Amino acid sequence: MSLVAKKILIAEDSATMRSLIVSTISAMGNYETIEAANGFEALRILPQEKVDLVITDINMPDINGLELVSFIKKNPNYQTTPLFIVSTEGSDRDREKGMALGADAYLVKPFSPVELQSLINKYLG
Amino acid sequence: MSEIKSSRAVHDFLAEAEEIIEKLNLDLIALADRAESADFSPELLNEIFRGAHSLKGLAGMVGFDDIGELSHHMENLLDGLRLGKVQLTVELIDTLFISLEVLLKIVHGKGKNESFTVDLTTVLSRIAALGKAPANPDEALLTTCGVDAKILDVLTEYEEHRLLENLKQKRHLFRVNAVFNLSSFDQDLSEISELLKQQGEIISTLPSSGDFSDKIAFQLLYGTRINRDEVVALLGHDEIEVIPVGDEQPSQAFADTAQAVAVSPASSPSTVDSAEAGSDASARSISRTVRVDIDKLDYLMNIVGDLVLAKGAIATIADQLRAQDDSLGGELQKATRSLERRLDELRDGVMDVRMVPVGQLFEKMARIVRRVANEHGKKVVLETLGGDTELDKMIVEDLSDPLMHIIRNSIDHGIEKPEERVAKGKPEKGMIKLQAMQRGNHVVILISDDGRGIDPDLIHSKAIEKGLIGKDTVMSRDAIFDLLFTPGFSTRDEVSDLSGRGVGMDVVKTNIGNMSGMIEIDSTVDAGTTMLLTLPITLAIIKALIVKVCGRTYAIPINSVLETLMIERRDIRTIERREVVELRKITLPLLRLGHVFNLEEKKNSSDRLFIAVVGLAEKRMGIVVDELIGQQDVVIKSLGSVLSFVRGVAGAADMGNQKTILVLDVGGLLSDTLRGDGSIHV
Repeated sequence: MSLVAKKILIAEDSATMRSLIVSTISAMGNYETIEAANGFEALRILPQEKVDLVITDINMPDINGLELVSFIKKNPNYQTTPLFIVSTEGSDRDREKGMALGADAYLVKPFSPVELQSLINKYLG
Repeated sequence: MSEIKSSRAVHDFLAEAEEIIEKLNLDLIALADRAESADFSPELLNEIFRGAHSLKGLAGMVGFDDIGELSHHMENLLDGLRLGKVQLTVELIDTLFISLEVLLKIVHGKGKNESFTVDLTTVLSRIAALGKAPANPDEALLTTCGVDAKILDVLTEYEEHRLLENLKQKRHLFRVNAVFNLSSFDQDLSEISELLKQQGEIISTLPSSGDFSDKIAFQLLYGTRINRDEVVALLGHDEIEVIPVGDEQPSQAFADTAQAVAVSPASSPSTVDSAEAGSDASARSISRTVRVDIDKLDYLMNIVGDLVLAKGAIATIADQLRAQDDSLGGELQKATRSLERRLDELRDGVMDVRMVPVGQLFEKMARIVRRVANEHGKKVVLETLGGDTELDKMIVEDLSDPLMHIIRNSIDHGIEKPEERVAKGKPEKGMIKLQAMQRGNHVVILISDDGRGIDPDLIHSKAIEKGLIGKDTVMSRDAIFDLLFTPGFSTRDEVSDLSGRGVGMDVVKTNIGNMSGMIEIDSTVDAGTTMLLTLPITLAIIKALIVKVCGRTYAIPINSVLETLMIERRDIRTIERREVVELRKITLPLLRLGHVFNLEEKKNSSDRLFIAVVGLAEKRMGIVVDELIGQQDVVIKSLGSVLSFVRGVAGAADMGNQKTILVLDVGGLLSDTLRGDGSIHV
């Protein structure tokens, strides 16, 4: 186990959904979570923190998740940072666009904690 | 069911779900108001969609399938609506309102019992009946509209639809480019966004960090009817690039536009400062509020109450020491006064956290008005005033049911049907006004309507018919309207259906009384009815006047006590078998607590008596007591459901010396006394 905890940025406007994701990640140990309640907060956090993984919703106010995916995947500083999209079923088209923009994985809400944990293990483990 | 479901998660979910539903309700009211004139922003519709979308996602995570299913169907319907596949109709709005009500019912039910659910068949079939047209995105138009493919790639399906709508409406499209400091970009960007929204629609907001580590560039895709020069003038910033889309093809990807001149706010900090500011801001959330469980505040308030009692005990010891001429007594007294000041601040602080604007409740009433008016085929406008007046959260909660009942009655029995109103020369739409005002330690809530009113003569004759009063009883106007609060009394007449006012008003009065408040009615035939609720700002901890009657101790909430007097026994006169006293040319009715609580009155040879003059709203009364002991902070505890029927008592208070005393319900005693029923035997 590494001494320095890896950081996961969660961009999600629903406080409850964020806390569910955080508790799922906390249960894994050795991961630090940073929460952003909207796209703007995520944009502000990114240059300040060395983030190892980003989890983002698509439907958010101010800037949508796709715009965040595009921002991250086009920026040389974060190009290689893994990024997961969480979205509800019915947003297939948006999800496909997200994957085309470079997202590494997507989770359809409601997802199981095990599903999220195994994805995190796959990219950060 | 999800494995990450925990009681904490469920609690958080239910609180967030309630917030989302309330917000949805408000947005839906705004949409309904504007739908008639087709003057609603797509943003509003998108907000409503996002609410249902969030709710669905959350419900799935905590395993509440019923909430998930209903919000899923609502989301689909709203998605169709925002993508232009479904028509906005009155029926659709009504269906959404019904869905919200069902959702709220489930959320409240699950708050008490997680397995609570309701049958969704009816509401789901209503949603299904509204149908949905097949998707028809005109992708060809998208590829020829001149918008950079890199921008199209990041548009959600909804944003694509809005882009197409702007194209179809032949609006001009612009790319608006600006660069901001990382530390303040959200404020700067929202200033620009607000300006642009005045004249058009922001379709998307695309960020790009470019080559600067402390700056961030944004490209806004903007649809508008005004031309480029007008957009530039609207923004008032030469540094912001406004590039037409379509006429001049964008030749380079947006990443390059980071070289656009930075928009420097007047007080632009240096690079180092802004980086530090950015770092500082990064850990903070935009919202500076926290959601607190009211039980936690109750717990805190109980501790404050215990501390108040402990302080009282210390003060007594200090007094005793001082009486024994002990110098430590003086020191202790000083320390106690300092403790008292800080304790007062602590109490005020905790109370302040419990305060919420009554406007939250008014917003809920807006939905009730709309639905009940629809049910009865009436047109009603709700006007609210003083929504920022604050009340204890618990009082606001408890006020919800009585207020809803009053408003229902107003629409059901007060406001006339449109044709009847027109025939009377009134506007077609009835008006219900909800107004909150602070009056010292009380909040007054006025609910008035401009309906058919209630005839006092009709109430009087009904009361005689029901045997509540004698045939020849002469009553004041106030006393007649007060009859509406008698259990089982209603002016509704199966044959004539004259008014129907008074239905369940006794329950309303009891509920208001439980909050130590009072209710008054006034009405004029064909002009309307007004109900006045007077409520204390908080119930948790109060200053009370401690009095002694027939050897028993009682607390009178100090906010109802206007003054205390000493009168001569011979000053008491009797009018119509009621004791009164002249006070500054006003006849003040007297109440003997011994008589109220059926206590054996001690023979008092003194010619002097103490009176606590109490008043709520415009009503006044003197409570005759044997002894005035003094003022004290008391923590009111509920008597519980077993003793809730006891009239004249608001609760019990712990005096700190293992003595518990009763706190008088001044509102209840006032109305009983003024109506002539000053005996409450328990």
